[in-house]
Amino acid sequence: MKGFGDLNLRLPAGSPRQTETMLRRASELGYRFVGVSLPPRLRVDEVRPLQDLCEGTGIDLVTRLDLRPRTPRELLRDLGHLRRRFEVVAVACASKSVARQAAKDHRVDLLSFPPDPRGRFFDSAEAELASGSSAALEVEMAPLLRLRGVPRIQLLRSLRREVEIAGRFGVALVASSGAVDEYQMRAPQDYAALATLFDLPLPLGLRALSENPWSIVERNRGKLSPDFVAPGIHVVRKR
Amino acid sequence: MIRHVRWRYLALRALSPQPVSRGDLTDAVWDAVLRLFGEHGASRANLGLVEHDPDGNRAVLRCPHTALDMVRASLASITEIRGKPVAIHVVGVSGTLKSLREKFP
Repeated sequence: MKGFGDLNLRLPAGSPRQTETMLRRASELGYRFVGVSLPPRLRVDEVRPLQDLCEGTGIDLVTRLDLRPRTPRELLRDLGHLRRRFEVVAVACASKSVARQAAKDHRVDLLSFPPDPRGRFFDSAEAELASGSSAALEVEMAPLLRLRGVPRIQLLRSLRREVEIAGRFGVALVASSGAVDEYQMRAPQDYAALATLFDLPLPLGLRALSENPWSIVERNRGKLSPDFVAPGIHVVRKR
Repeated sequence: MIRHVRWRYLALRALSPQPVSRGDLTDAVWDAVLRLFGEHGASRANLGLVEHDPDGNRAVLRCPHTALDMVRASLASITEIRGKPVAIHVVGVSGTLKSLREKFP
């Protein structure tokens, strides 16, 4: 196991100084790997400066793609074009049909939903599909910090229901910060304590910040490796 | 029979663009506990600010061990003090002040 990781750190584009500040803060807070959402058309050489910054702070950079398809067809097209260029693919499910397609597609790693309870489609049917395809449910913590009053109450109620459904169907949970600046960043233990608000026990909260995200990264790095042939089959030696 | 309280001491560091006064920190913590857990929860938190260093934005908070997760969640939910962005980080937790000072000087 790699330690703690945050698969959704929203680093500011075009601000290397703030990027470095956030990465240093992540390292201080105890994170060993961070996922950073990158533009779909980014070239490999454009990621290099970010990788160097991460290496300088002792953090393992995980490249992440956030897809926001409007239709299932759009999702399939984007996955076909982009899946092999990123280590983690998250889908922001804007409609039930997109959520269903994302949950049953084995190329999708994270199912992400907006904080508004009307836009959260993670129900039993969704969880059953996700458990078959090994997609995980992403719980973004930033809205919990940002929202106040009734919207936060509604979000907590939705998360409580989703955590219960995910547990029933064996869907992995991944907690991520969604932080846009260093003031929104919290230590893994603090996020785990916040997760107890929606009835996620502390050990499971810590697992959602360590083992669960790392298993996704490890699995996908294996698949993206040139030695990968098929699940369970790797090139050991070339003649 | 009155049960012996097992205290937990939390070393805190406030990340803020300006020094956070003792009063503001206390108010922010109580406000966060009240917002998340209500008056019933706040009464169980039994919070006390033991030490405060405004220059280093550091503090030591005390709570019963049964309320530790509740207090941690409340501290994590603090996002601003007097309109300025702030993050309260728990640097460490210990069962005695002495060991807290040894581990997190």
